Parts: sequence; structure tokens; C-alpha cells
Amino acid sequence: MEIAKKMKLPIYLDYSATTPADSRVAEKMAACMTIDGDFGNPASRSHVFGWKSDELVNEARKHVAALINADPKEIVWTSGATESDNLAIKGAAHFYQRKGKHIITCKTEHKAVLDTCRQLEREGFDVTYLDPEENGLIELAKLKSVMRKDTVLVSIMHVNNEIGVIQDIAAIGKLCRSRGVIFHVDAAQSAGKVEIDLANLDVDLMSFSAHKIYGPKGIGALYVQRKPRVRIEAQMHGGGHERGMRSGTLAVHQIVGMGEAFRIAKEEMAEENAHILVLRNRLWEGLKGMEEVYLNGDIEHHVAGNLNVSFNFVEGESLIMALKDIAVSSGSACTSASLEPSYVLRAIGRNDELAHSSIRFSIGRFTTEEEIDYTIQLVKNKVAKLRDLSPLWEMYQDGIDLNSVQWAAH
Amino acid sequence: MAYSEKLMDHYENPRNVGSLDKKDASVGTGMVGAPACGDVMKLQIKVGDDGVIEDARFKTYGCGSAIASSSLLTEWVKGKTLEEASEIKNSQIADELALPPVKVHCSVLAEDAIKAAIDDFKSKQSAESAA
Repeated sequence: MEIAKKMKLPIYLDYSATTPADSRVAEKMAACMTIDGDFGNPASRSHVFGWKSDELVNEARKHVAALINADPKEIVWTSGATESDNLAIKGAAHFYQRKGKHIITCKTEHKAVLDTCRQLEREGFDVTYLDPEENGLIELAKLKSVMRKDTVLVSIMHVNNEIGVIQDIAAIGKLCRSRGVIFHVDAAQSAGKVEIDLANLDVDLMSFSAHKIYGPKGIGALYVQRKPRVRIEAQMHGGGHERGMRSGTLAVHQIVGMGEAFRIAKEEMAEENAHILVLRNRLWEGLKGMEEVYLNGDIEHHVAGNLNVSFNFVEGESLIMALKDIAVSSGSACTSASLEPSYVLRAIGRNDELAHSSIRFSIGRFTTEEEIDYTIQLVKNKVAKLRDLSPLWEMYQDGIDLNSVQWAAH
Repeated sequence: MAYSEKLMDHYENPRNVGSLDKKDASVGTGMVGAPACGDVMKLQIKVGDDGVIEDARFKTYGCGSAIASSSLLTEWVKGKTLEEASEIKNSQIADELALPPVKVHCSVLAEDAIKAAIDDFKSKQSAESAA
């Protein structure tokens, strides 16, 4: 009961959006800022300030590489996964464009990948956007069937940020490698949560972010495979940092923070995943008995911390308003900048109503059982309250098929 | 998104939630919006022999602004004549609740709903007098 008393509201259940930095991470970062700390520029070769910072950067590089079983020389620092995606996709497309100008990706990718592909289309590249199956996964045969002689690049995410499904990047990688096609993976949502063994995966380029795994915002990395060697054209030009692939003075405190976050993840991942999975299952067990509730995304191939649920006949933004004691996100149009319902849920075949009615719960390192139990009760009460307000729920209860109604569109 | 106190009050304590008998000749029903767009509003009015709205009820599927707009509207139309009620403008609702610009369509929907309810009531009346 002591713990229940300590429960702080609102409860943070949006770990897929970002995570708080681990206090061990923040401590290490703070030591790289001031005159008393290691504030030097790692590119300064002429004095100890630079040498010390360079050392810290290399140590962080080792930690990042260790989590994903890569060589530290294969890690390029960036400002985050969005920049990594841009650098990987534009960089590879530009470098290999004499070989061909066809790129394959998937409709449920993050906007950092989709919008980068759109830009390449404007530059004259041809992009195929694959439809995933209803469970959110990509059918390998479908990918194979859209591959062409001029296909140079495939970009598929590891774990989806909205519905949490895990793609089979081992199989996709093998297929790409057999065709001599570069394979890029956005791993922003999977590093530290799903085992990644790049020494044994046919992945050429992989994007990472620090703030999704208890590191700071504003820092990420791109894995660029050395054997066989993958080439990319730089997108940021300047002092030739990061072996010319990404210029700009290294943000030592950010890098040290990311290194520490990845080190902790490697050490604690197995235990943490087990804890998170118990909580996720507890949440779903608590919600799934409700009427007209739908789980989005394949539950077998699913990252532990994600639960995406549609509460039919309740609109997502109003539900989020009612759930102000918990911090979650929704696929509802009203909560998005674009005023469109979730394109991910639509791509897996959910209709607009279910997309509008979806809530993403994401659980993490600091979530407790008490918080999950509180959430279950709160969601049940508020969904019931909003359904009492919902004309659609009333019609459903009266046995009216909503698809047969002539709606006055506006 | 930050909402006004008035809006939050109508959202958290919605007035006049419920349904009236759709078949009753003195009841007009307006249902506007579409589930695919993320909002559906059902507004019902009960009109007395003197042409004054005696009661109003609503149910709304939609965001907080849509729920608050319809709740406010039911308060406003009660005691008004049909003519007075039909003169309520969406801008009055948007002003009262301080709707952010992206939510103004919620107040438009509410205006459409009361107009649809009045039309429904009138067509019922004319059908009855014709019979």
C-alpha cells in the first residue's frame, strides 16, 4: 500500500514517444559541460581537453556498438533517428543511383522514412510503398514480387512506433543481400527492446535514437556496415567529421548520454523486458473483456512495451481528454497535426472509425503494477461514460448497422 | 491543446445528455456528421404547442469540442422559439467556448444539428396536418 500512496499523477504511458533520461545518463552528461568537466572539442588534437573528449566519444561509440553487436567504426553520430533515416536513404540512393533508381519501403513506416522517399521521388527516383498484412507485418513474397532489376534500396522499420509489431528483418535482409540490394532498417523503436545482432544480420544501414531508451533527445546514430562495405553520400558537409559522412562538431555530452543509455540497456534489457511484458499483459487482460475493443497489430510479433487498442464508438481525442490522469497518445485525427486519422492503422485495414478510436499505451522502465491497475479502472469508467454520450454506441446497441446509414458528410 | 474553462466544464459535466422519443410528433431529431470524419452529433428538441422548445437532448461522438458545443447548444435552445433557435450562429458557440481555430468546425456541426432538428420537426408537423 505504501507504493500506491506514492503513485504520482498523471501516469506516464507514452514511452514510445519519448522516455525520461535515466539518472545515471543525466549524471554522466552533466560531467561534460562546464569548466570543471570534460567540455573539450574531440576534434582538438593539440591539447588534453580535446584528447579527453575524444576518449569519451570513443567509449560511447563502443557502448552503442556493443548493444547491437557491431564494430564501433560502423557507428556514425547524428542528431537523432530522423537524421539517420535521411542520411541512410538519401545517402545510399544518391551514391548508388547509377545502378538504379528504384526504392522499396512500406506504408506503415515512420514519416522520417516516408517523407524522405517522397523527396527522392521529386528528384526522379521511383518508390514502391508496400501494403503490410492486416497484422502489420510484411509478406516476404510480396516484397520479392515488387523487386526489380533497378531496385537499389529497401527501407523497412524493425519495430513500428504505433502498433509495436516486429518485422522479420533477418529474412528481409537475406532476400535483399541475395539480390544485391542495400537494406536500411529504422531501429528507433527496437534498440534496447529487441535483440539486434548486426554481425549476423544482413542489414547495411540501421538508424538509432537515444531518447527512446532513456538517453537524451537530440542525438542518434547510423550504423554503416563495413564488411561488405556500404557507401553513402554525406548530406551535411563541413569539417569532415565521422569519416566524412556527417560533419559537425560532436555533441560530447549528448554522445556520452547515448553511450550510457545503450550500456545500461545491454545490461538490463532482459530483466526489464520481462517486467514490461508482465505489465503489458496485465493491461490487456484488464481491457480485453470490454465490448467492442480491438487490439491493433500482431500480438505474437510484438514489442513488450506497446499496446494499441481501438475502443469502438468512442472518439480518441475525447477519450484522451477524459484520461487526463494518464499520458497516452491516439490515432485520432483530432490529436494529429495533419487532422488525418492514423495512416498506420488505415494501412493495416482498420476503418476510419477504429483509427479515430485508437489509444496507444506504451509502458517502460519506470511503470508500476499500481499504475497499470489504476489505468485499467480509469479507462473502463471513461469509455463507459463516453459511450453513454455516443449516438453511435446507442445505434449499435439498437442493432443498427452503421455501414447502412446514409451519413451527411461534411 | 489547452481548452477554456467553459469548454472543459461542458465536456466534463455535459448538460442534457440523452434521447427523446424519435417517433413523438412534438420531437424533432437532427443527426449530422459522419463516423469516418470523427464526429457525429444527434440533437433532439421537444416543441410545445406554443412553438417554444421545452426540452432538448443530445448525444455526440467526437472530440471534446464537439461534445461541449452540443452540450452548450442544448442549454441555449431551451425556452427559445423555433425561429430564435434557428438564428443561433456557430460563431456565437465558438466565441462562448473559445474554440481554437482547428475546432471551429465543431461549432458549425452544432449549428447544422439544430437546423436539422428544426427541419425534422417542421416536416413532421406538415406531414401530420396533411394527413
